[in-house]
Amino acid sequence: MRVTIEVNGRETSADIEDRLLLVHYLRNTLGMTGTHWGCDTSNCGACTVWLDGLPVKSCTTLAAMADGRSVRSVEGLEGDTLDPVQQGFIEEHGLQCGFCTPGMMMVARALLDRDPDPDEATIREAISGNLCRCTGYENIVRAIRWAARKQAETGRSDREAEEAVL
Amino acid sequence: MQVPAPFTYERAGSVDEALALLGRYGPEARLVAGGHSLLPMMKLRLARPEALIDINGLAELDYIRVDGDHLAIGAMTRHAAVLESTLLSEHYRIFAEAERVIADPLVRNRGTVGGSLCQADPSEDLSAVFAALRGEVVIRSTGGVRRVPLREFHVGPYETAVGDGEILVEVRVPIRTSVGSAYEKVERRAGDWSIAAAGAFVVLDGDRISDVGLGITAVGAEHFTCAEAEAALVGAQPDDEALEAAAAICASSCNPTVDQRGPEDYKRHLVSVLVARALRRSIAAARVGSSRGVED
Repeated sequence: MRVTIEVNGRETSADIEDRLLLVHYLRNTLGMTGTHWGCDTSNCGACTVWLDGLPVKSCTTLAAMADGRSVRSVEGLEGDTLDPVQQGFIEEHGLQCGFCTPGMMMVARALLDRDPDPDEATIREAISGNLCRCTGYENIVRAIRWAARKQAETGRSDREAEEAVL
Repeated sequence: MQVPAPFTYERAGSVDEALALLGRYGPEARLVAGGHSLLPMMKLRLARPEALIDINGLAELDYIRVDGDHLAIGAMTRHAAVLESTLLSEHYRIFAEAERVIADPLVRNRGTVGGSLCQADPSEDLSAVFAALRGEVVIRSTGGVRRVPLREFHVGPYETAVGDGEILVEVRVPIRTSVGSAYEKVERRAGDWSIAAAGAFVVLDGDRISDVGLGITAVGAEHFTCAEAEAALVGAQPDDEALEAAAAICASSCNPTVDQRGPEDYKRHLVSVLVARALRRSIAAARVGSSRGVED
């Protein structure tokens, strides 16, 4: 079947097998390997992308389900500068091996768009569908808090900045 | 790499279209909503439908509303919407309490009420919630609409009353006053299936329990409930003695299997503790509710 999917604001289109999963559409069909493919059982969250603005696990979503819809992947976080979430993961050493990081950051971005000042419990609940096996949750929580503070200081989230440009 | 076996993908734009597609592809077709149970089963070849009919576009089935003296929840309502619904929370805290321990936020963004019920996993949480509340499901086919009480909905593990060429469109729950409700779950780790879980609602009339519902999951409770314990509670004073007696009936009458989640005696123990806790908190909430008109 032919699908047309908006990925990070760009229209993509391909002939695919009906059974192709969204994670493999991104990684193999489009060659966008920022989204990681982990447990394959919708447990680990390494494959998290946004589908129509909501974070979902792309290993458990068919590419066909995204036909005509919009997807945002980790490659779509960065604008002219790094997203505060990306910068936060650098500043607070929010990654070690980096495998869970794309999913963590997509969840963090969605959280901060909804709740710009989340407390630690809210952050931990938000990332509860994303597993880190380097036992780095402390630093991941700090990284997200760093991003929240950074946004508050600059008074503009990444999304608002994009809207301002438009 | 785990991928499903080949199938034909179709997308339905309405319930009528979904029914037409079910008719065209026959009994080897499956509806897919969130897909978070079906797609993993297809990857493992535990399910191998020839056609998947995607109903994610059925906005007509995505609602939570008051319908007369019932709450009506559309089958395509996502778990996240149930968790955040103030309407449901005002009437029954059990919804939010169960939803916040169903899987994780990402899965709850995709998974649906109808999908969870139709998957009919014996450890599924909403089955216990709707069994406790004595809900009923609305099932549509090209021949019309029929209603089935939730307590008659499950035919067996992963099997429901929804037949070929039918679609579950709505779940309905009676609105009750002076009611409190609660959900208690024990899981091995965040987002996991229950080792055991129990939910309850209690209606108080003065110092007596006038109506009560129990829901129990993951331990082989018949129809996800325990009618014998409910009968023992109706008319009783809501004291510890009555609660613990009812909880003991639940613990002895369920049929837990021994698995990696624990031995039988442990699961029965959990049932007795969780049923008593759910009842105790339901009673406390009903007392607050009867003085304020709504459940806290």
